[in-house]
Parts: sequence; structure tokens; C-alpha cells
Amino acid sequence: MKSYHADERGYYGEFGGAFIPEMLYPNCEELRQNYLGIMEEPSFKEEFHQLLKDYVGRPTPLYFAKRLSEKYNTKIYLKREDLCHTGAHKVNNTIGQILMAKRLGKNRIIAETGAGQHGVATATVCALMGIQCVVYMGEIDIARQAPNVARMKMLGAEVRPATSGSKTLKDATNEAIRDWINNPVDTHYIIGSVVGPHPYPDMVARFQSVISEEMKNQLQEKEGRENPNYVVACVGGGSNAAGAFYHYLDVPEVGIIAVEAAGKGIDSGKSAATSALGKVGIIHGSKTLLMQTQDGQITEPYSISAGLDYPGVGPMHAHLYTSGRGEFISITDDDAMKAGLELCKLEGIIPAIESSHALAIFEDRKFNPDDIVVVNLSGRGDKDLQNYIDYFKL
Amino acid sequence: MNRIKQKLQEDKKILSIYFSAGYPNLGDTVKIIQDLEKNGVDLIEIGLPFSDPLADGPTIQESSTAALKNGMNTALLFDQLKDIRKTVSIPLILMGYFNPVLQYGVEEFCAQCEEIGIDGLILPDLPLDVYKEEYEGIFKKHGLINVFLITPQTSDERIKAIDEASEGFIYMVSSASTTGAKQGFGSEQSDYFNRIASMGLNNPQIVGFGISNAETFGQATQKAKGAIIGSAFIKYLTANGVDDISDFVKQIR
Repeated sequence: MKSYHADERGYYGEFGGAFIPEMLYPNCEELRQNYLGIMEEPSFKEEFHQLLKDYVGRPTPLYFAKRLSEKYNTKIYLKREDLCHTGAHKVNNTIGQILMAKRLGKNRIIAETGAGQHGVATATVCALMGIQCVVYMGEIDIARQAPNVARMKMLGAEVRPATSGSKTLKDATNEAIRDWINNPVDTHYIIGSVVGPHPYPDMVARFQSVISEEMKNQLQEKEGRENPNYVVACVGGGSNAAGAFYHYLDVPEVGIIAVEAAGKGIDSGKSAATSALGKVGIIHGSKTLLMQTQDGQITEPYSISAGLDYPGVGPMHAHLYTSGRGEFISITDDDAMKAGLELCKLEGIIPAIESSHALAIFEDRKFNPDDIVVVNLSGRGDKDLQNYIDYFKL
Repeated sequence: MNRIKQKLQEDKKILSIYFSAGYPNLGDTVKIIQDLEKNGVDLIEIGLPFSDPLADGPTIQESSTAALKNGMNTALLFDQLKDIRKTVSIPLILMGYFNPVLQYGVEEFCAQCEEIGIDGLILPDLPLDVYKEEYEGIFKKHGLINVFLITPQTSDERIKAIDEASEGFIYMVSSASTTGAKQGFGSEQSDYFNRIASMGLNNPQIVGFGISNAETFGQATQKAKGAIIGSAFIKYLTANGVDDISDFVKQIR
């Protein structure tokens, strides 16, 4: 049977691989040779699951959203990643990678961050382990995400501004990669999404796969079946989606719905809907779909949600899109904000604006009354309060 | 015979200069190439600017960004270079990142290079295995030499594999770093230079990254066949413009 997981060389169909300069080869190769073996070690598994349980607060609830379900006349479950420590699913991956880094003998951590969620999750686990942490963040993002910058500093991380290019997430990623080139021996780079060169997309997806593993058990308990009819998740780089889809990728009866940020609209020139606007190319060491000029220069995306504001998409998702395995929907800023507010009113949950994109599909995408639809609620909205305040003039 | 191979047979140390096409001004490309040749430079690497040059330090990042702002793109560069072989005879290499080449179409890109008289390509993010499986045939068909990089961290086994896949020279990155001038070379570099020299590789090595003046050029070429200067030349262009390129070359050798 055709698989939607990565093959041995890190390819999802034609996407993935490791398009990296030779300077990065030893680092990536060390990781590639070791990551599966380390993840299989009983002591690693035990420490990882113990921390997910006692520190992150897993398993996160699978919550039946009764009033939301009534409104849209279908059965909607919310996977409550917003209840994770630090406020989003990002920490599942940083816990896994910090344990990986320790086993590889690394004593310095670098990371990139856009809105600051992955930066905070990385700074958190570095504090937990007492390891030095440097987070690269675009100069523009530093200015507009002050609370997360403060959080990282409180957690002991050094936040270094990325001043090159467009001074946002993609440039922070470039700077982190440059740091890794300059520090090839003692440093581990904790990438925050299912992007970058092999083995990152597969490794991050495996760390995030705990989301769908829990979904299966929880659905079995609540509905007497492991499989929902649909799993829905927002996609920027795509790590929460990769985790939510992971154990359903090769289960054809489960529909996979990926929700991208249309920004001001697909044709507005201010969008981050990579599947609709992207072409095959290379970004950050991975062959995938990305937004670029005809000349192959990477362009700057736009979304009201900083976490979806990435010009590429992980290779797993590029493959889900081109193969037709996944259904891709794009949601505008306005529709996402409306859906976010609706969840507050109907369920008493303030979602991250990223997750609000996933919630916004119910307006147009109709499901059968007895369909079970699981939405991955990837993060909570505390970090977005200022955005909500400005948007709704609260 | 390919001009690169011919040049490498000469009994001299090779001075190679890199610059970003379209910088400082969009129309400077041909003049820079001609002046470099006139002043005795042996080989030129013409940088194809990219929005996200992740192996480059600040100097080349800035010159790439400026070149793109000036309006440089792949098609325009080919157009600027179409008559270059009427006036220039030293080997010319295009250096850039793989994505713009992929978007142009690898086959079409290589065909254009051949037509113009480009002798080789350096695409640091096109990995060895992908090159061999998918693109080696196309490069060879169009007479292009693909130049691979090695670094102080590259294992002996991999260096041998790269040597095996190379024809022309090996681009020896001087230290674990992005591009950009440093303050001379230390004992770590001499150990590395000696180690590579003692491996008895088939292909000569040309050292790049961190070479900025006569002293570092001399250190780098003690064992290696030549050295490449990039960031230092771009800094010179930023400060002095393109009128007195001879002044820069004279201070190297």
C-alpha cells in the first residue's frame, strides 16, 4: 500500500530530502543516523512520556464541543492542545528534541521563532534541562511580539534579532541555520515545525504524533471507534497538523483536512496559502511547495496569525496536497477571527488565531450529522489578546 | 578542453574572485568581469543572487539583497553575459543556490550556460547524491563542471566520494563558517590544510571563505592550488565602486 509517511531518505513522494550545503551535512547526518535509534531506546521513551505527562500535562482532553456541534449539525470534538504547558502543541516537539540533544552530547541549543511560541517552548525545555539557549527572531517580530520576547528572557534564553532579508520567520530560520554552520559540534538546532532538511520533518512529526495517538484511544473510549470521519488542523509549516494526521495518514477512511491562511484573500497578494499559491522548490533545505517569484526568489507571506505566516509548507503536507490525500481549505483573516470569537461564546474557550482558522471551515464545509470531526485546537489565545482587542475593538 | 581544467594545469597559484551579479549597480556585471581578467585574475565566480542565501555571511547577504533590488534575475544575467566570450577568455563559473536554477529549469539553465560559454557551476545546496542521480547527465551534456564543497568537518570517506564525483577542483571551505572575511588563519586551519594535502586527492583544491588579503591568500595557497576571495572584494566594491578594480587585485598579489 502507498504510504504517506517519509521514506528512508526523508521523501514524501517527490517532496523532502536534504538540500543543504556541505557545511550542514555532518550535523544533519549525525542526526539522521541516530534519531530513530534514540527514539526507540526504552530510557528515552520513558523520559519523554514521563515529561509529557507530568510537565506538559498530557494526555490533553478530547472534548466534545456540544454547542458548536449543535450549531453546525455534526459531531465536533476538540483536541485540547491549548491546554499544554506553554499554551500550544509546540512543547511536544521541544521536549523530544531536548532529550535528543542531550543524548547526542550537545550543550547548546538554537531555535528560530516567528510569533514566539516555539521560542518560548524551546526556552522552557532549556531552562528545564539547564542548557544554554539562543533563539533567533526577526526584528519585526520582536517588535510586535513583546510579551513572548519577555517570556523567553525570563526563561533564561538569549533572543537574537534577525536583521537580514524581510526580518521575519524565514530570516530567523536562515540565521539559526547560519549559527549551526558556525557551531557544528556542540550545538543542536531545534526546528519548530515539520520543515527543514531530513530528518527534521519526520522527527518532528514523530514527536507530535502523540496527538493522534491519544485521539485514537480517546475516540475508542468515547465513541467505541478509533477513527473519526475527519481530522482538521491548521497548517503553517504544519507541525500540529502532522501530529494530528500522523496515525491516520494511511487510514483511507479518515478524511484529512488541512487549513491554510488565506490572509486578506488568495488573490490579494497578502496571503499565506501555500498549496494554492506555491510552486515546487527548495526552502530551508527541503524540496516542497513554497511561495516564490517566477525567478525562484522566496516571497514574504502574510497572515493575521504569525504562526501560519510561513512561505512554505512541510513536505508531508505538500505530498498530501498534490496526491489528493488531503483536502486543503484556505480561510481569510476575517473568517478566522469570527470563528475564534464564536468558540469563545459557544464553548468558553479562547483559541489561538492559528487554531481559529481550522474552526472557521464549518461555515462553508458541511458534514453529515453523524460524522465525527476532530479539530486540533493547537493553541490558546492568550498570546493573541492584543490582536483580538484591536480587531474587535474590545 | 574545459577552460577550468586547462587553467588548473598552469604552473601557478589560482586567484579566483567572487562577486554578486547586479551589484553595486545592475549593469556592472560585464565591466567587473573584464577588469578582473585584465588585472590577472585566473577564474571568476559570478554570484546569482538569492533571497535566502543561508550559507552566506552579512556581506554577501547584503550584496545579494541589493542586487535583487536593483532588478537582477537569472534571465537578465544570461542576457548581460551573452557576448562575454567575445572579450573574456578566463574560466567563468556561476555560483548560486539551487532554487532559482530549478525554477529556470535545470536543462534550460545548463543549455544557456553552454551557449554563453560558462564553464562550471557551484550550487552549495544541491547535494552530491541528488546531483549524481538526477542532474549529472545534464551538466555533462552541456560541458559544465559541477564544483563540490568540503569543510573541516567533512569525513575522509565523504571527501573521497566527493573527489570521485568531481572533475576540475574541490572547493575547500576554510573553516566551519558562513562566508565572510576573518582575521587570518590559526593552527586549526593549517592542520586541516595539511590533512587534505596529504590525502592525495585526484582533484586540486581551491580554498574559500575567510580569504581577504595577500597574507591569507598566501596561507591558503601554501598547500592548495588556489584561493577564492568573495566578501572582501564585495566590501571593496561597496567602498570604492567599480572604477579601480586593479587596486584591489594588486593588494592580493
